[in-house]
Amino acid sequence: MNGRKTLEPLWWGLFSAGGVVAAFLVPIHIVITGIAVPLGWLPDAQEIYRHWPVRLYLFILIALPLYHWAHRFQFALSDMGMRGIHKPLAVLCYGAALLGTVIAGWILLRL
Amino acid sequence: MMATRPDPAGLYHPAMPATWWLRKRSYFLFMLRELSSVFIAGFLVVLLLQIAQISSGEDARAAFSAMLRSPGWILFHGVALAFAVYHSVTWFYTTSIVMPLRVRGRELPRWLFTALNIGAWAGVSLVILILYLALPASA
Amino acid sequence: MSERTITLDVTRYRPHQEAVPTVQSYAIPFPDDWVVLDALNHIKDQVDGSLSYRWSCRMGVCGSCGMMVNGEPKLSCAVFLRDYFPRAIRVEPLSNFPVIRDLVIDMSGFLDKLKSVKPWIIREQEKPLSEGEYLQSPRELDAYQHFSQCINCMLCYAACPVFGLDSGFVGPAAIALGYRYNLDSRDHGTAERREVLGDHEGIWQCTFVGECSVVCPKHVDPAAAIQRVKVDTAKDWILSLVMPWGQR
Ligand code: SF4
Ligand code: FES
Repeated sequence: MNGRKTLEPLWWGLFSAGGVVAAFLVPIHIVITGIAVPLGWLPDAQEIYRHWPVRLYLFILIALPLYHWAHRFQFALSDMGMRGIHKPLAVLCYGAALLGTVIAGWILLRL
Repeated sequence: MMATRPDPAGLYHPAMPATWWLRKRSYFLFMLRELSSVFIAGFLVVLLLQIAQISSGEDARAAFSAMLRSPGWILFHGVALAFAVYHSVTWFYTTSIVMPLRVRGRELPRWLFTALNIGAWAGVSLVILILYLALPASA
Repeated sequence: MSERTITLDVTRYRPHQEAVPTVQSYAIPFPDDWVVLDALNHIKDQVDGSLSYRWSCRMGVCGSCGMMVNGEPKLSCAVFLRDYFPRAIRVEPLSNFPVIRDLVIDMSGFLDKLKSVKPWIIREQEKPLSEGEYLQSPRELDAYQHFSQCINCMLCYAACPVFGLDSGFVGPAAIALGYRYNLDSRDHGTAERREVLGDHEGIWQCTFVGECSVVCPKHVDPAAAIQRVKVDTAKDWILSLVMPWGQR
């Protein structure tokens, strides 16, 4: 492959994967833990988070959309007049997503 | 052949204001779509914090659950849900453009692809809900 | 047929005479079948010969008459005055481009970009003439045909905020044209084009606002082309990770 070496295909790939996860999985989770449980419509079943398959699922659910956020947010900020600092913005946002991934993995492992 | 260049001194360069996305409905909807990611990530951070409480003992866990019952947090989740649903619908539609399904060489109509995905999304959501209710019993 | 009178608020810009564009209004009587371009031609012939703009075919094929009509990029030969009457019509030069004079924009940057994507068939090895032409099946033609309908009107660039914010962005029409050749069964130039298309100023700057495809008069769908180049490039990028030896 010629052309400049750039990590943009990687970030875009993670963004896309995160977008898919967010589109299919996130709304129902907001309904359950953010609305239905607090309002008492559904039982609070936090003990299921300890199942290992559930932990793996939660890791994917939480980590991938962080890259989706990082990608869109840094572009949105630079579109709103921060073009001059696009590079540091990108480093900051993708860095935050990486950090979030590590933290999520650590929390889920130690449950 | 080089493109002919006009006298650069006479050119008028229009500047795009930082508020360009407020000037047209479609641009505004685009920006809402992009910013939906903030609410989705925000919700997931709250979810992660809630999960983290499990290993901090029963008191911490109950306190966090009580916090989520406050009207402010319910409102936050209502807004986040609206943005998340907007993300889902726009995501399915854009996917129909980016990776069209081909049936015998012909691209499936975009509305149909989108509708199929919305159906699959409803199915997945139902399965998650059922698992959420069924899993504790089997634990 | 009765004639009505419509007001056109036209952007004027005379280089070296004024620093910023101004607006000039013209009241133009028009028959029912006039388009915006007819009104401009009427102004130039009868009212004010100093008005400058581009046009040629008057039938939506040459792509030279693009302007902002009430804030939307349009081919001025394809929009009827009667659809705007009785309100006034704002006519401005295409957004996001430097203005040379009045409604005439500087397209030299666009022409450079068109060339930069190598919009021609690239062969690893040319067949000798004696072997005849490169044949293509109807299905192979189908794969790229609608991406080849572009008339270079630049309406998509005027609709694109990313180009408005960064004039270095290769942009919708040029990327769609490069993709059209990538899709051509006779072509081997995908890797060569990647240098321009796969750059930050190529596909990766695009945030898929999607307006380019909305305004395109030829339904080229440049937004789809750009996203599909992203998919192809990302796939090849992953492949080059798992099979670094497999790359041309
Ligand atoms: S892609 Fe469409 S809008 Fe863009 S220059 Fe070509 S014909 Fe015009
Ligand atoms: S004059 Fe040729 S496209 Fe309008």
